[in-house]
Amino acid sequence: MSLLQIEGLGIDFGGLRAVNDVGFSLKPGEIVSVIGPNGAGKTTLFNMISGVYAPARGRVVLDGEDVTRMPPHLLARRGLSRTFQNLQIFQSMSVLENAVAGHHLHERGSVFADLFSLPAARRRSKVSEDSARALLDRVGLGRAAEQEASSLSYGALKRLEIARALALKPRVLLLDEPAAGCNAVETEEIDHLIAQVAAEGVSILLVEHDMKMVMRISNHIVVLDHGEKIAEGEPTAISRNPRVIEAYLGVQATEVQHADG
Amino acid sequence: MRLSSKVTTLLILAAVIAIAPVFFPSSYYFRVGSLIFVNGLAVAGLVILIGYAGQISLGHAGFAGIGAYACALAPVHLGLHPALAALLGALLSAAIAYLVGRPILRLKGYYLAVASLGFGILVSMVLSNEAQLTGGPDGMAVPELGLRAVLKAIGIDLSNTEFWYAFSGLVLVLGAWLALNLYHSPTGRALRALHGSEVAARTVGVDVAHYKLVAFVISAVYASVSGSLLALQNKFITPDVAGFMHSIEMVTMTVLGGAGSVLGAILGAAILTTLPQVLTIFQEYEQLMLGLVMMLVMIFMREGLLPSIARRIRGRAE
Repeated sequence: MSLLQIEGLGIDFGGLRAVNDVGFSLKPGEIVSVIGPNGAGKTTLFNMISGVYAPARGRVVLDGEDVTRMPPHLLARRGLSRTFQNLQIFQSMSVLENAVAGHHLHERGSVFADLFSLPAARRRSKVSEDSARALLDRVGLGRAAEQEASSLSYGALKRLEIARALALKPRVLLLDEPAAGCNAVETEEIDHLIAQVAAEGVSILLVEHDMKMVMRISNHIVVLDHGEKIAEGEPTAISRNPRVIEAYLGVQATEVQHADG
Repeated sequence: MRLSSKVTTLLILAAVIAIAPVFFPSSYYFRVGSLIFVNGLAVAGLVILIGYAGQISLGHAGFAGIGAYACALAPVHLGLHPALAALLGALLSAAIAYLVGRPILRLKGYYLAVASLGFGILVSMVLSNEAQLTGGPDGMAVPELGLRAVLKAIGIDLSNTEFWYAFSGLVLVLGAWLALNLYHSPTGRALRALHGSEVAARTVGVDVAHYKLVAFVISAVYASVSGSLLALQNKFITPDVAGFMHSIEMVTMTVLGGAGSVLGAILGAAILTTLPQVLTIFQEYEQLMLGLVMMLVMIFMREGLLPSIARRIRGRAE
């Protein structure tokens, strides 16, 4: 049974059909990638699934429940988390606090307990902090915990966003270009991390321009062009699909290995 | 062992309040001190709204007005003790902040500024126009708190100005303690998260509308208690306490001292409360100099006085 089901999703921006009639599904622990040229509607699709944009058509079903147009904080409670293509870091917080903030749903309690620093509030903070430190270690930022988040490199910030999203303990994780701006070593680390997280049963929806990475880790690939789904299937089938090669990669199939957007 | 920043801040604040009177040449300075503490309390509340949550209010004097007039009216009409009247004012402010905050906190930036400004003006108009109840622009008397007499009975004999210096200083330390607790708590993190990025805060599950309201209500209670303290120590109150200028003063103190720092904002309150007295040496140019100082601080120290100075000291140490 699928954990996340997207059915006929669509949205228009001032008469332009930005995304139209896109549907696919994710099983628990599955990695599904959405690929397509710039402007194909990948991020718009993410924004609709994660409740940032309200879709004009179609449905998003999470674990049997219709969650279409549900605000992001309620989706988060149902275990859907995401990262952003253009970083959305809490700039004035430390690296550790950014990760702790991701643990919000598990640490929130009464405002009174927080104001008076009651033992319950301190206990909740302690649990969040321990779990956040473990996550920072996992994404290779353990040593940077006390630094200001704004002092990190672009690649490190990408990993911090992943740690923050994981702190939620999601069932579905949407990653918008997690490897953008990362060098080969960092990309490989992110690659491993995603595979590991998926192996723990988290469904992952990925937008990524690094085609090697997409081909390596995806169970299933959805191809968008001009807001429409033009193909979907296993990586090997997608890389041979003539429509995909034409629309996304240009006519020369050899570019498959080099395309980065 | 390294002290936490919270404990350090509270120790600095308590030490300054306790030691400063040694250098006071006259009892007038106790009066100035207690005014600083009263302003400092309102400003500590605004740090939660402006510094933590990144929201603006140009109408918080409205809540100070509610707190002040509660102390004037509730003892006369409801027979409440002034301390209970202050508590009633705080509860009323919280309730009104909840009702007003729900619609206006959907607005952002200057839209929110104008809407909150409207609220402040509304409160001060009501206080001025309901003359039968409030005495109108002429103001009205506020009963004695009575705590000083209790202290005298148990052998602590303080002059009126000394008492208000100590009492409002104590309330300020308490207010600072609560605000600092909040900073490092799950609620404080949620507020700072939505300040940093609303969309990211939402995706980690922060109910942004709810937390903005939490910050607005808490800061309203601070302003209300500050207004109550002012009314009780002056034993007289006019609608100016709820006026537009008072709202602007509060925000200016917060931002000038450093909206992100409780201690910084209190420093801002201290400077803007005393600076006009110091600048009297410039006679008719006093207001001009005050404006100039404010502009220079904001141009050269955008984060506010204390955070900017702290950053420079740290930068030099490294």
